[in-house]
Amino acid sequence: MSVENKVKGIIADQLEVGIDKLTLDTTFEDIDADSLDIVELVMALEEEFDLEISDQEIENIKTVGDVVRYIESKV
Amino acid sequence: MELKGKTAIITGASRGIGRATALALAKAGANVVINYTSNELKAAAVKEQIENDGGSAVIFKADVTEYKQCEALVQCAIDHFNRVDILINNAGITRDNLLARMKPEEWREVIDTNLSGVYNCCRAVMRPLLKQKSGGRIINIASVAGIHGNSGQANYAAAKGGVISFTKSLAKELGSRNVTVNAVAPGFIETEMTEALSGQVKEQVLSRIALGRFGQPEDVADLVLFLASSAAYITGQVIVVDGSLSM
Ligand SMILES: NC(=O)c1ccc[n+]([C@@H]2O[C@H](COP(=O)([O-])OP(=O)(O)OC[C@H]3O[C@@H](n4cnc5c(N)ncnc54)[C@H](OP(=O)(O)O)[C@@H]3O)[C@@H](O)[C@H]2O)c1
Repeated sequence: MSVENKVKGIIADQLEVGIDKLTLDTTFEDIDADSLDIVELVMALEEEFDLEISDQEIENIKTVGDVVRYIESKV
Repeated sequence: MELKGKTAIITGASRGIGRATALALAKAGANVVINYTSNELKAAAVKEQIENDGGSAVIFKADVTEYKQCEALVQCAIDHFNRVDILINNAGITRDNLLARMKPEEWREVIDTNLSGVYNCCRAVMRPLLKQKSGGRIINIASVAGIHGNSGQANYAAAKGGVISFTKSLAKELGSRNVTVNAVAPGFIETEMTEALSGQVKEQVLSRIALGRFGQPEDVADLVLFLASSAAYITGQVIVVDGSLSM
């Protein structure tokens, strides 16, 4: 499975949104994610991809595409 | 029973209030993790009593001042019982002294154990608690000294006051995840912690308690059980259990 599909799957699962609603341009605001949602998402990503995401990096995450590009650069 | 299938971690459960709380939660059906730091025999005795009554428990040595050990404590709950639903932060110490004589280590030890210990355990339990997505209960044992202050206990009162504000903040952070966070503020409870006080001090305290007796660990455990099992709509509160001492 591509990183993009994996990431979308995790986001859909964590934030309880339909995966078909997610594009690379979808912002977390669009899907009503609050700061704790983002933290939970980051915990799930850290586990799935076995990496650590810093607070600074979290701040730069605004869209689904940001997450995909970030993970692609790390794995 | 009301806590059947739930897992509770109780820090400092080898003696006193923690012990009574572990017994009460186990009786209500919870699987309990009995934490201690030095008294293995006493912790084992609590476990044995729970098992004799048909409950299930494990003991786990961890110093709450050490974050890594708190992580291991939480992992112990997951290894044995597959989950963690309830955290009771009870471990605590006193190093009483008038400030004019209080040594830096007396200040530090109390802050490390009574305040940072609460951060350590709460932080360690966050990931499993959020991942389970099934809510949870955190109950912090503060003290009336943390509300009103107490001469000779500036270190202790500061730590307990900190625990109360911490409790309120965490309640706001976790409310949307159905995790309630409350503090319990006992008055004078008969345990090894208060045993050391002089007869004169005890008499003075007793004269201020309307109910005319010191509290027992079970009096506090009753309230903790209520907060851990029912009390679904109570969060961010500090509830006093002191027989009116601080009134
Ligand atoms: N007694 C009172 O009148 C009263 C009033 C208000 C608030 N409280 C609070 O209630 C809580 C329990 O008090 P208590 O009277 O039951 O005390 P206690 O009888 O002295 O028992 C203290 C417990 O804390 C554990 N402990 C101490 N330091 C620890 C550490 N670094 N890591 C892990 N465990 C540690 C001890 O374990 P070991 O047995 O292994 O040493 C013991 O199980 C405390 O937070 C206390 O401040 C008590």
